[in-house]
Amino acid sequence: MLRTFFLSCLLLFSKSMLAQDIKGLITKVRQKIEKVNDYEASGKMKTNVAFLKVPLADVNVYFKKPNKLKLKSTKGVSFIPKGAVSFNINNLLSEDFSIIDAGTDKIGNTLVRVAKLLPNDDNSDVVLSTIYIDPVNNLLLKSKTTTKESGTYELLLSYGKYSEYGLPDKVVFSFNTKDYKLPKGITFDFETSSDNKAKTIKSNKGVAELLFSQYKINQGVAESIFK
Amino acid sequence: MQTILEVKNLTKHYKQHTAVNELSFHVNQGDVYGFLGQNGAGKSTTIRMLLSLIQPTSGEIYIFGNDLNTHRNEILQNIGAIIERPDLYKYLSAYDNLSIFAKISNMKADRKKIMEELDRVGLADRYNSKVNTFSQGMKQRLGIAVALIHNPSLIILDEPTNGLDPQGIADMRKLILSLSYEMNKTVMVSSHLLSEIELIANRMIVIDKGKKIVEGSVRELLDPSKTSLQIDTTDNDLAFVTLQNTNWTGSLVRKADRIELQISKSDIPLLVKHLTESNIGIHALQPRHSLEAYFLSLTNPENHVEPVAN
Amino acid sequence: MWSLLQIELFKISKRPRTYLSFAAITAIVLIFQLAFKADGKSYMDLMLQNVQDNFELNKENAINGYFMCYIILNTLLVQIPILVALIAGDAISGEANMGTLRLMLTKPISRSQIILSKFIASFIYTILLLVWMAVMALFLSILIFGMDDMLIFRVKGEESQILQILKDDVIWRYFAAFGYAAIALTVIAALALLLSVFAENSIGPIITTVCIVIIFTIVSNLNVPVIDKNVKPWLFTSYLVGWKGFFYIGTNTEGQPIPGSIENWPAIRNSLFILIAHIFLLLGITIAVFRKKDILS
Repeated sequence: MLRTFFLSCLLLFSKSMLAQDIKGLITKVRQKIEKVNDYEASGKMKTNVAFLKVPLADVNVYFKKPNKLKLKSTKGVSFIPKGAVSFNINNLLSEDFSIIDAGTDKIGNTLVRVAKLLPNDDNSDVVLSTIYIDPVNNLLLKSKTTTKESGTYELLLSYGKYSEYGLPDKVVFSFNTKDYKLPKGITFDFETSSDNKAKTIKSNKGVAELLFSQYKINQGVAESIFK
Repeated sequence: MQTILEVKNLTKHYKQHTAVNELSFHVNQGDVYGFLGQNGAGKSTTIRMLLSLIQPTSGEIYIFGNDLNTHRNEILQNIGAIIERPDLYKYLSAYDNLSIFAKISNMKADRKKIMEELDRVGLADRYNSKVNTFSQGMKQRLGIAVALIHNPSLIILDEPTNGLDPQGIADMRKLILSLSYEMNKTVMVSSHLLSEIELIANRMIVIDKGKKIVEGSVRELLDPSKTSLQIDTTDNDLAFVTLQNTNWTGSLVRKADRIELQISKSDIPLLVKHLTESNIGIHALQPRHSLEAYFLSLTNPENHVEPVAN
Repeated sequence: MWSLLQIELFKISKRPRTYLSFAAITAIVLIFQLAFKADGKSYMDLMLQNVQDNFELNKENAINGYFMCYIILNTLLVQIPILVALIAGDAISGEANMGTLRLMLTKPISRSQIILSKFIASFIYTILLLVWMAVMALFLSILIFGMDDMLIFRVKGEESQILQILKDDVIWRYFAAFGYAAIALTVIAALALLLSVFAENSIGPIITTVCIVIIFTIVSNLNVPVIDKNVKPWLFTSYLVGWKGFFYIGTNTEGQPIPGSIENWPAIRNSLFILIAHIFLLLGITIAVFRKKDILS
């Protein structure tokens, strides 16, 4: 999901694709993140998926210019959400987007500028991306990407002490999940018939919440981490 | 004389048949008590009831003066038994077998005591061998050691000579006699062979179809009132034909080396005279007991003989 | 009573079949470990189904000693009743067959004591089997595969779930699970012992016990609502897998596991009560029948 976030960021930096009035805004956003050659962020990930009962995971995120990104758990077993299988950063960079200024909106109490990005290539997996930018602090607050294969992804970002680098303290990544169904009779489960039959509403939405406590910026990240 | 074992109106019904029917008898201290009956007469069922293996349908059993129902463990503490075959834990050694049964007989049997017992039955050198390597005779001897390890005062042996070779049978006989005369044990021994009982027992009971036929002293019971004879002559074939034509002999049987017949005591001179007159020389003339005749008749109903009364 | 128990344990210890069970466990566990060492990822793929479309899992961490033990127990605890029946089913019938039963019963010990000592001996044997399983399936697996967070793949009603238990929160669950399994297997032992009283050779009770367990288990897992509601609660086999309840970790409203918690302790407790009731009932019947039984062997 982080990948999506950064993709969205990178999209913003492709100046030529941006309309004039929003271009200046996006340039400013880009200038912030340009300062970062690499970083290593440590934080916690909370996964909220109906079938997945997992605890908070300790994770590290590694980034290196131009587009390398890796999310790793530091200990234990963890389920790391994949951005989207069909997302390929390199392809996206080479893709053409048409930019539509979609006016303004509000996220919480913050007034934001909205832009829609449409790929010019009909074969692109991305159908539409919508980005929401805080024009006062020059920060990306939200993005929403619809793909052909994997539905819609949504990113919500909040900033704290690393906002000068355009790096969020908190990222909420919403995505679609597929139904999980184990083949029957494979597990010999202990069933407790006392289970209340009130069926929980089945949600195919997954949410992963990342809280970063610390960034190490421009201290170098080994190439081997991205393998 | 003290009664060690007393059985009153003992009955065991199974679904279809009655195995033991109103059986009463008693065994006195010091007896070698013969328990005689054909196979299926109810001997084993009775003995198993005495040892609490089978629950009687009705009747009472008193051993050492106590009711078996209420004093089971106390009574069994003082009984040694071999029921049919002396079956033991085949996968254990002779020593382990003896040690186990000593323990469950509440005996504090130390190594010395167990080895002593094994030595007494001639198995000391095989103490560590597994029972499944033993011959039938060795198993029998170990079985005896097991039955005697806790020094019981009453010993119950169910068909102890079954499956033994002649030497084994002779050894068993010797053992029973030594138990009685040397060790002052009371012994109850069952058999389907009168000859066996006759050789060892001082008192006996004969049962058939679960009922008592006769009980009493062996000497008295086997004292001939009606006589059965075995004769061996110079010409057994001729003698057989000759005697067939008389009306004072009965149950004539031609055996390979002799003739068996029933005759009243007073007719024996007549028999001798008759054979002599027919020029048949007599090699041997042996009286057989009427009880045995009765016994034989059980195996061969055609030669039916009424049982002797007590 | 104590010496009687010693004797029973001694007899069990001297029988080759006793060690057969331990050898069987060793072999099965080793095969499992070997298979998972070689290709544990395929199993993971099967259990993960399409989860991998959305998530990346560090499988090498997920295939750890704790996980292995769960997988092995899952399989073995279905078969271990056979091993328990092998000893308990033979306890009386084997002696009847050998002829030692009648000798034993002419000794000054009560029949109830004999049954109790044989039952306790079978129980101890069961415990030893489980201890050996713990050594092989848990500790050896930990040695080979290491320790880490544990994943549980589970079908709950209509849902499938993946539960994650933190590394530090696992071992007590195994102790509890082995304890539960001991009680569950003791029911099998009690059943085999009861059947053993009726037979004069050990094959009958062993096979019958195993058949009962298999048939009951099949019925328990038919997933037919009518049977689930009316029959299943009455089959003791429905409760045999209750040890798994200790691994169904409780979750908070956000679906996150709460360390040290169990999702449905009352269900486990009830199952335990039912199993213990079975043990007492079966043992009671065994003693009652055996006390009245005519020994004809």
